[in-house]
Amino acid sequence: MAKKFMYINRKAPYGTIYALESLEVVLIGAAFDQDVSLAFIGDGVYQLTKGQDTKAIGQKNFSPVYSALGDYEVTKIYIEKESLEERGLTLDDLQHLVWEDEDEDYAEKDSIRLVSRAELADVLDEQDVLLSF
Amino acid sequence: MSLLHTVNKSPFESNTLDACLNLAKSGSTVLLIEDGVYAATSGNAVADKIKNTSGINFCVLGPDAQARGIEGKLAEGIKVVDYEGFVDLVAEHDAVQAWL
Repeated sequence: MAKKFMYINRKAPYGTIYALESLEVVLIGAAFDQDVSLAFIGDGVYQLTKGQDTKAIGQKNFSPVYSALGDYEVTKIYIEKESLEERGLTLDDLQHLVWEDEDEDYAEKDSIRLVSRAELADVLDEQDVLLSF
Repeated sequence: MSLLHTVNKSPFESNTLDACLNLAKSGSTVLLIEDGVYAATSGNAVADKIKNTSGINFCVLGPDAQARGIEGKLAEGIKVVDYEGFVDLVAEHDAVQAWL
C-alpha cells in the first residue's frame, strides 16, 4: 500500500545546499510510486520564486526543475500562506506549477495549494513519513 | 573610521541582521549578500528594520539578488552593486566586518 510521504522545505535556495538536495531526493523518491507531497514553509517559499538567474553567482539554476514535478506525479505542493505574507510575497511571485490529469483527458490542474498554518498542521498530521530539509 | 558590514544570512532564519544593525554606526555601509539579500525586498516583515535606520548606506549584491529572483522587488533606497562594486566598497572603508 502506498504511504503518504511529505517533504518539508524550510531553506532558501543557493545559500545552503538543502533546497537542491531536497529536490533531488523528491525526484528519486518519485520512482517508488508513493503518495508524495511537498510543503514549503518559512524561507522555503523562496525556492519557488519566478525569474531566478544564477549566471553571475556560478551556481546551477535548479528552479526550472520544479515545473517538471507534475510529470513525476508530484501534484500536491503546499505553500504556507503566513510564510509568504511575512516575506512580502504573493502567489504571483511564485512559479505557476501544474500537472496533467490523465483521468480527465490530460486536463491541466494547479499543483500549488495555498494553505494556512492551521490547515498545513492538519496535512502534516495525515502523513506516514516526513522528510525535512 | 567607517566600516563595511556584510550580512549573508536571511533575516527570517537568524538574528545576524539584528546583530549587525545593533552595532553599525552612522556613516557605515551594510552590504547584503547571499541569503542576506532577502532583507532588501519591499513589504516583508523586517523591511522596517532597514527603513528606520538612518545614516547607514544599504547595498545589495546584484548577482545574489538576481539568482534569487528578487531583483525586481528591492526596497527603495537600497543600492545594487556588482562584484566590482563590492571591491570598491572594501577599498573605500577602513575595515570589513563580516556578520556570519
